[in-house]
Amino acid sequence: MSAFPHVAGTGIERARAQRSAAAGLMEGLIRGRRKYLVAAICVAVCTVMLLPLLASVLASLKSTEEAAAVPPTYFPHALSLDSYKRLWDYQAGLPTYFSNSLGAALLTIIFCLALTVPAGYGLAKFRVPAKEALFVVLLLGLIVPYQALLTPLFFLFVQLKLHNSLVGLAIVHTAIQLPFSIYVMRNAFEAVPRELEEAATMDGCNSFQVLVHICLPAVVPAMITVSLFAFITSWNELLAALVIMNKDSSFTLPLILAAARQQTSIGGTDWGMLQAGIVISIIPCMAFYLLLQKYYMAGFLSGAVK
Amino acid sequence: MHARASRYIGLLYVTPALAFVLVFTVYPLAQMMWMSLHNWSLIAPKKYIGFGNFAKAWNDPQVWTSLEFTLKYTAIITPILMILGYLAALLTAENRPLRQFTRSVIFAPVVIGLGASSLLWYWLFSYDFGLINRALIDLGVIARPVVWFGADADVAMWAVIASIVWKVVGFGTILFVAAIHAIPTELSEAAMVDGASYWQRVRKITLPLTAKTILLVTLVSIIGSLLAFDQFYIMTAGQPRNLTATSVFMIYLNSFPYLKLGYGAALSLILAGIILVCTVLQMLLSRRSHA
Repeated sequence: MSAFPHVAGTGIERARAQRSAAAGLMEGLIRGRRKYLVAAICVAVCTVMLLPLLASVLASLKSTEEAAAVPPTYFPHALSLDSYKRLWDYQAGLPTYFSNSLGAALLTIIFCLALTVPAGYGLAKFRVPAKEALFVVLLLGLIVPYQALLTPLFFLFVQLKLHNSLVGLAIVHTAIQLPFSIYVMRNAFEAVPRELEEAATMDGCNSFQVLVHICLPAVVPAMITVSLFAFITSWNELLAALVIMNKDSSFTLPLILAAARQQTSIGGTDWGMLQAGIVISIIPCMAFYLLLQKYYMAGFLSGAVK
Repeated sequence: MHARASRYIGLLYVTPALAFVLVFTVYPLAQMMWMSLHNWSLIAPKKYIGFGNFAKAWNDPQVWTSLEFTLKYTAIITPILMILGYLAALLTAENRPLRQFTRSVIFAPVVIGLGASSLLWYWLFSYDFGLINRALIDLGVIARPVVWFGADADVAMWAVIASIVWKVVGFGTILFVAAIHAIPTELSEAAMVDGASYWQRVRKITLPLTAKTILLVTLVSIIGSLLAFDQFYIMTAGQPRNLTATSVFMIYLNSFPYLKLGYGAALSLILAGIILVCTVLQMLLSRRSHA
């Protein structure tokens, strides 16, 4: 008990502990039952969490008539790809929206890496003047939410002719991701052992060669984490896209789905098509999550709340 | 040997990111302050009006309605998220197959888009076509379908809360599990030898030793809720009568469809000020946790 005096310090608590020690035998007997209880709760929780996703996938596979049925059916009577076909041809067409979303996401990844790999290297490996102040400026995006900056950004983009362009959208998405990415990259570079660089410098490598040949291979996992989060953010972001993209053909996937919900709600929402759109936009996120779970968790635990 | 030179080489590597932040964060921030002092739209010439926009905000009932609604939403959803997230973490913290699987499932909705999940739940809660009304009727909980969105602001808020809890509860769970794993196992073992029951150990050991994480996640969650937009834009569209228009939603409405950029900038500045308080608190906390 002295090992954790703050835990069971008082006499009352000690007595309580002894009483429950006596109950320990009972507990042993019911432990078997508790195991089943925990398992049952786990299964119940999984069911609740997965049901909405399952319902969406099933609804997207209903025929046109069945998707509009009142009351709705739980399971499709027959599987059909009608909803996906309608989505394919909706307005400017799914390929346009899909490639817009993909384009913005890829540009965001490129911008994030191009800016934060050198920045992380510079901050981790050099005695940069006024480093603390620099770091604060670079992390300004954490203090000022981008939602509050959209009004002046919109005005700036109109002047720079960057509205309605994927580059403009990717710039905002990069601004959102920059603080997190810099944080992750700097930590990754700091973890590269100094001896390796020193040896390379002795061999006559300059700092850029050290970055490319020595450091980069060591920070690949961090680059994957940065890319993954950049992709997820950009692929899913709605508000900035809503502000910057106001031409139908420049819409991203979340944007056209939000628009479809409103446009069709006058003449009856096309629920089947909406579910198809949801499934399409969820698939890449889920795929990356399942494939790159390790990098996902690394990013979350290192930078999500700091 | 070449320390002085290397300082500036280091600066060179940081320059692109710095330039980006200066152009796309610092400049807009300054611009926002400047705009907030003007009557500024894309169509009419801008006019300096001092703190006129702020005075207007003070007297704008919609600003107060939105702020009040956003605070209410935040005050209700934060404890729900924290308690459910923590219970889920306690349930799944042990590294056994079923629990690890459950943890991954709980986290899965976090990775999908807020827009996609909001549309999904908008459909589930739909009056005629939604599976929730259908299931509640089949289970005998309600006799007639419920109008979830558009009629009553509180009903709509609860529906949104249900969807957001499903969507983000795993965020806290994952961080809580990491914090629980960081507790030295000797502590729990010693308590077990002493005969402390499971819930006693949770209360005396797990909760106090993860308190810092709980605080940090609470702050992150509060900031996220104060900035809520997607879920209301998609699910309630602010209805009924803009009663469910959150602060960000109201800024969006003023700035873009109405193009009152100066007024929107002033409102943004006010919101940024509120968020700043939360962020500074969060940073102070996480800095202390490093030490």
